Amino acid sequence: MSSRRTERLLNLVICLLATRKWLTKEQIRLAVPQYADCDSTEAFDRMFERDKEDLRDLGVPVVTGSDARWFDDETGYRIDRDTYALPPIELDAEELAVVGLASRVWQQASLAGPAAQALTKLTALGVETDDQDGVAGLEPRIRTAEPAFEPLYAAVRDRQPVSFTYRKPNGEAALREVEPWAVLSRSGRWYVVGRDRQREAARVFRLSRIESNVRRLGRAGQYVVPDDLDAHQMLGTVGPPEDDRIAVIRVRTGRAVGLRRRILDGEKPVADETGEWDTLRVRVGDAGGLAQELAGYGPDVVALEPPDVRADVIRRLQAALALQSGLPTRVPDRERVEETQ
Amino acid sequence: MSVRATDRLSRLLAMVPWLLNRQGVPLAAAARHFDITEAQLVKDLELLFVCGMPGHMPDDLIDAEWDSGRVYLDNAEAISRPLRLAPDEAIALIAGLRTLAELPTTNSPHDRRAVESALVKLSAAAQDAVGAASRLTIDLSIGAVEETLRTAREALRRKKRLRLRYVVPARDEITERDVDLMRVTNLGGRWYLEAWCHRAEGVRLFRVDRVAGVELLDVDGTPPPEAVSRDVEDDRLFTPAEDDLLVTLEMEPRGRWVAEYYPVESTEELDGGRLRVTLRVANPRWLPRLILRLGGAGRIISPPDLADEAVTAARAALAEY
Repeated sequence: MSSRRTERLLNLVICLLATRKWLTKEQIRLAVPQYADCDSTEAFDRMFERDKEDLRDLGVPVVTGSDARWFDDETGYRIDRDTYALPPIELDAEELAVVGLASRVWQQASLAGPAAQALTKLTALGVETDDQDGVAGLEPRIRTAEPAFEPLYAAVRDRQPVSFTYRKPNGEAALREVEPWAVLSRSGRWYVVGRDRQREAARVFRLSRIESNVRRLGRAGQYVVPDDLDAHQMLGTVGPPEDDRIAVIRVRTGRAVGLRRRILDGEKPVADETGEWDTLRVRVGDAGGLAQELAGYGPDVVALEPPDVRADVIRRLQAALALQSGLPTRVPDRERVEETQ
Repeated sequence: MSVRATDRLSRLLAMVPWLLNRQGVPLAAAARHFDITEAQLVKDLELLFVCGMPGHMPDDLIDAEWDSGRVYLDNAEAISRPLRLAPDEAIALIAGLRTLAELPTTNSPHDRRAVESALVKLSAAAQDAVGAASRLTIDLSIGAVEETLRTAREALRRKKRLRLRYVVPARDEITERDVDLMRVTNLGGRWYLEAWCHRAEGVRLFRVDRVAGVELLDVDGTPPPEAVSRDVEDDRLFTPAEDDLLVTLEMEPRGRWVAEYYPVESTEELDGGRLRVTLRVANPRWLPRLILRLGGAGRIISPPDLADEAVTAARAALAEY
C-alpha cells in the first residue's frame, strides 16, 4: 500500500504545482487517479484531508483560495510555487565542502536522513560536493543511541511539554514533567535542559538516565524558551577548575607518564639519591580530580603537597581498601568522583 | 505505513531535480547517493514512470529510462526544483555547521570563512528553523587538542607520515610510533586518529588527548593497501572478544556512573541504589587502579585475584604515607 499511497501523494503534488487555477476538491479527485480507490465522497474527503496534512508536514505549502468569478465561493487548492521551491542558495566549493561535513556529523545518528536529504537538495541543481578538498579525512561524528533522543528533540523543536521517568545518579527514580528548552551533547552524552514543572525551576537531565518512554503532554508551542538560555553553561563549566596552587608529587622513576605530561613549564623531575623516585610539580587545577588520579596510580606516586590533596588521596585509598577488603569505614562525605580522569 | 509513504515521497521529490541535472548517471552511483539499493532505486523510477500531470495520458507522465544502466529522466517540469528545506533538514545542517564553527580543526581562516558564510546563507533560507536549530547543540571541542589535530590534518592533506608519542595508561607508558593517517574522527565524544601503525603493522585508533607529541615526517604517508578503515557502526568502539576476561563490579550509588562510562555487558540493581556491573576486558590491569580512584565507591567482586590485586595496591600505596 505504501507504493500506492506514495503515487497518490506524488500525483497530488504534481497536479497542485502545475495548476495556475485553484482546483476544487472534485477536480482534484478526478485529476489524481488513485482517488478512484475511494468508494464514497466521505472516504475521499477523509483521505484528502490526511494527504494535505502529510504534505504540509513535509513543508509543501498547500494553500487555499478561490476565484469568485468562476466558483461559487467553493474552496480551491494549489501549491504556492514560489514558496515550494528551495530559494537559490549559491554555495561555492569550500562552503559546499563544509556543509557536506556538517551533514556527515549526523551520519550515524538520528538526523542522518534529513541531513543527507538537505545536502541532496542543495546539490540538486548540479553542483557536486568535492571530497578531494581540505576536509577529506576529517570526520566529526555524533551518535544518538539513547531512545529518548528523538522524542525529546521533537519536543524541543515544537516546544511541547513532556513527561518521563528519570533515575537520578543516586539511584532514585521518579516521574518528571518538563518543558524542554534545548538538547545538547557533550563528551558523547546527550542532555536535555528545561523547566521542571514540579520543582518550578530549570533542570538538566541526562538522556541515558531516562527509563520510560517520553510522553508528550498537550499541544506544541505552549511555552517560551528563555532568550538568554545558555544550555552549555547549565551543564557546568568545561575544562578543569582554576585552582592555581602547585602540587608536589613523588613519582617512581618512569611511572605515571600521564602526570609527567603536565609538569610545570620549564621544569624537570628531580631524582632523589636512591634513583628510584623523582619529585615533580604540577598545577592542581581540580583538587578532587587530581586526588582521584593520584590515588589511581597506587604505590607509584606519593602526594606531598598541598596538604588537602595529600589528605584526600589517603582518604580515598583507605576507603577503597575498606570497601574492597570488606572492612567497615566511614564513607567519604565530600565526593566528586564522576568523569574526571 | 503513513510515515514510510511520506519519507519516500520526500526522497522522490529530492531525487527528481537531482537526476534531471545529471542525465545518464549510472544507477549504482545514484543509488549510492541516496543510500538505497539499486533495486529500490528501480522501484522508485518505476513509480515516477506512472506519475505525472492530470490526464495521465502517456505524454503527461514522467519519462524515466534506466535499461542501459544509466538513468535518464524527462517530462517532470512541475517538480524540477527541489522542495525547500524541511525544518529537520535545516536544523541538522545548521546545528552541524555550528558544531564545526567551535572546532579548533576548522580554525584555519579558510575553513572559518566557509563555515560562517555557509551558516549565513543557510540561515537565510531556513527562516523559522533557525530558532529551533539553536536549541540543538553539539560540543565536540572537548579533547580536541589543537596542535595535534592541526598537524594531523596537514599530514592528511600532504600525505605525510606522522611520528606520535602516545600515552598508554593501562600500561602507564609512552610509546613512539610512526603512523600513516587514514582519518581524524570523533567517536563517542572523543577524538581519535585512525592510522596504519608501522610498529603494530595494523590499523589502530589513537586518542587525540593521549598524544603527547606529534611530528610531521618528510616521508610519504600513504597507508598500505591492507589498511582498511574499521567501520564503527555500533555504539561500542571496541567490541569485546568472547575470550576477554569477564569482570564483576559492585558500585555504591556514588559509583553508578561507571556503568554509563564504560561499555558494560550487563547491570543489575541491588538494594540501596547500588549496582552490579559486568564487563569484558582484554587487559584488566586498569581495574584495580579504577577501584583506588573510586575511593570506596565501588569494588571488584570477581575474579578474586583481581580483587586481591586492588587490596594489595591500596595497602602498598598507604604504606608510602
